[in-house]
Amino acid sequence: MHVELKNINKHFGKVHANKNINLTIPSGSIQGILGENGAGKSTLMKVLSGFIQADPGSEILLDGKPVKMNSPADAIQYGIGMLHQDPLDFPPMKVLDNFLLGIPGSFFPNRKEATQDFILLTQEYGFLLDPENYVDALTVGERQQLEIMRLIFLGVRLFILDEPTTGISASQKEKLFSTLKKFPEQAMTVIFVSHKLEDVESLCDRVAVLRAGELVGEVNPPYQTKKFVEMMFGKEVTLGDKQPTKIGDTVLAMNNVALEDARLKIKDINFEIHAGEVVGLAGMEGSGQDLFMRACAGLVRPVGGKIQLKGQDLSGKSYHTYKHAGVSFLPAARLEEALVPGLTLTDHFILAEQPKGIFIDKPAGEKLAEERIKSFNIRGTPLSNVESLSGGNQQRAELALLQDPLDLILLEHPTRGLDIESVIYIWNKLKERCKQNTSIIFISSDLEEILQYSDRVLVFFNGKISNPLDANKTNVKELGQLIGGKGWADEEGSHA
Amino acid sequence: MTQETLLIGLAGVLAAAAPIVFAVLGETLSERAGVINLSMNGTILLSAMGGFAVAYNTDSLVLGFLAGMLIGALVALIVAFASITLNQSQVAVGFVLALTCRDLSYFLGSPYMNVPGPRLASMPIPILSDIPILGTLLFRQDAITYISFLAIILCWVWIYRTRPGLMLQGIGEKPAAAFIRGANVNLMRYVYTVIGGALIGLAGPAFSLGVRAGWMGTISGLDGFGWIALSITIFGGWNPARAAFGAYLFGLLQWLGLVLQPVLTQVPSQVLQVAPFPLMILTLLLVNIGNAEWVERTLAAMPERTRKFFAKLLRAMRASPPASLGVPFERD
Repeated sequence: MHVELKNINKHFGKVHANKNINLTIPSGSIQGILGENGAGKSTLMKVLSGFIQADPGSEILLDGKPVKMNSPADAIQYGIGMLHQDPLDFPPMKVLDNFLLGIPGSFFPNRKEATQDFILLTQEYGFLLDPENYVDALTVGERQQLEIMRLIFLGVRLFILDEPTTGISASQKEKLFSTLKKFPEQAMTVIFVSHKLEDVESLCDRVAVLRAGELVGEVNPPYQTKKFVEMMFGKEVTLGDKQPTKIGDTVLAMNNVALEDARLKIKDINFEIHAGEVVGLAGMEGSGQDLFMRACAGLVRPVGGKIQLKGQDLSGKSYHTYKHAGVSFLPAARLEEALVPGLTLTDHFILAEQPKGIFIDKPAGEKLAEERIKSFNIRGTPLSNVESLSGGNQQRAELALLQDPLDLILLEHPTRGLDIESVIYIWNKLKERCKQNTSIIFISSDLEEILQYSDRVLVFFNGKISNPLDANKTNVKELGQLIGGKGWADEEGSHA
Repeated sequence: MTQETLLIGLAGVLAAAAPIVFAVLGETLSERAGVINLSMNGTILLSAMGGFAVAYNTDSLVLGFLAGMLIGALVALIVAFASITLNQSQVAVGFVLALTCRDLSYFLGSPYMNVPGPRLASMPIPILSDIPILGTLLFRQDAITYISFLAIILCWVWIYRTRPGLMLQGIGEKPAAAFIRGANVNLMRYVYTVIGGALIGLAGPAFSLGVRAGWMGTISGLDGFGWIALSITIFGGWNPARAAFGAYLFGLLQWLGLVLQPVLTQVPSQVLQVAPFPLMILTLLLVNIGNAEWVERTLAAMPERTRKFFAKLLRAMRASPPASLGVPFERD
């Protein structure tokens, strides 16, 4: 499908989210749309997928014909389907029901026939999905595959993918990319929206860069990362060099620790982290790293062994004991587990500072919030509700809320879904903490991030933990193999 | 107790539970779409009174039942309008309506207090009623009880086996996802809330023209059934078949209280009257046990085949509320 966007403008109140965007996407190509958070990518895609309507005067032409779309269902009629960043599916329902839902047909859907259609389709694309499984048992990557199957079955010829590589494993990403690369052969067009440079570079035929609602330009391969960064931010951004860490005393020590939950058992963990050190945890989601981290935070009680913090035995103690001892945990689900939606930034700072007495000193809280907003570069005001902040700013707020000093910070996917500028900012702040002898353990599915920022890496696979790897001596390939279960010695226990 | 009296007793349970069945089905439909109709207790009373009054004045049972449905639909329309169009709290609006409708029924119903009026007669179905056991149990009931049987099947098939029903599940679960699949979310919420309300409204006349014929104001003993039906809907996991099972279970427990009273003389009668409520909660907790973390843990320790069997069983029994229950939907 040949797509032409002409003079697309979109205002939300006073905010001019898309400014005069003109873009032509030839049939059978993979178009990248790059931009930092808030650059207007999502708005543009919502316009193109019928979710919202552009201002009058804007025009969308499909295969040369102007179209008017009033809803996503309209867009599907025209052959435009969108894969949303948070899968828009129904977790408690079965895969087959999710597939059937919204597909037109007889009043009583023929489940047998639909199952066959579904299985044929998954086989054609090489996906492994059980139609009778429940969606809440699937990984994000599998839910994506299900959505792709559904959209293909609906006859979609223009696929819009919004940040599809967030939260999926490396192998699922590979599978997704190889699937997408086959689409142009069938005259299907792909729009790939992302802020991840390496994804865009490895997949797209052409890349359009958005900044502050405007189309800054289009780039053809060969791509230069530096050029992209300049276009996205209007200035140069560098990752910074890796500095050697001075290793201090042992902060947290695990001796023969055994952990288990309903799905996994990890045995004989022996691990030490030293002051100022950063340890990255790699592995497919659910391989045990989340359990490990929650044990470090005191949220999961070990079934055996000893956990010591600076020589103090904390095995079996509660989260609050850990917290008082100087351990802080920042979970991945920011709005569900870390921040309180509905409360303002000021409220958060007042809560975090644990004031004495029963009355709140609101002016002091606001002053504190203002200071922190400034020093952490949060885009928001003391009176902004946390849920109104963008992901990057929520993450900054979480960091701003951390006590000082701390011995150990535990981070789960600290930069998931953030643009590169925020990533760099957040890691600079974290590294400052390390210089003050705080150690950090973090989980990430981004191997580059793990290599860039950790001193040592632990790889998790199915409840097994690798020996600590020196981040300067390993590479993406080695990590990738370990994550996928290759290169593990059979007799190797989990002594980390 | 002979087999015949037992069967007749159980058949009576099915008939006595019919009003609760309608109420839980109506509430299930409404909540499946994402709207909590908390007015149920008042709606049942008002439609019981209204249905009786209309039947009494027109001498038509059919008109009585229709009046009940109309009252239920109108109250539900208020809930829908307040929550969907005005974006107000469903809980607050529903709660106030529950109280208002109840008092309204007492006030408006005073002319009909203790007046003898029409009531449904039992309507044995030829041939089918002669089937041993099942005939007595199922096919010697009155018309509204037959309709309650049909309603259970119809609601179940609608939700789980038809395309619009699938969409209904989606609307309550994640309206945004239903919207991109072509649903007019707010219109559908109106439709299901009103239809659900009409079903709830059927519960009133099912009492006042059937199992508890007549209108006796505050001593009708109908106050409270709506709240019970509300909890049965929840424990029924928003599944019509399970919710109906809950309604019958409740009816059975109440009946047992009556039957056992002469036998268990040493137990105070109050205990037997109240027992159905905690027993109900216990049973339904057991049904929903798969949600508990410790059950998952116990399962993990079992051998593979047993574990798989139980995991499957528990997953099928598990129920979670429609994720968007009570949450307004706005396009972006």
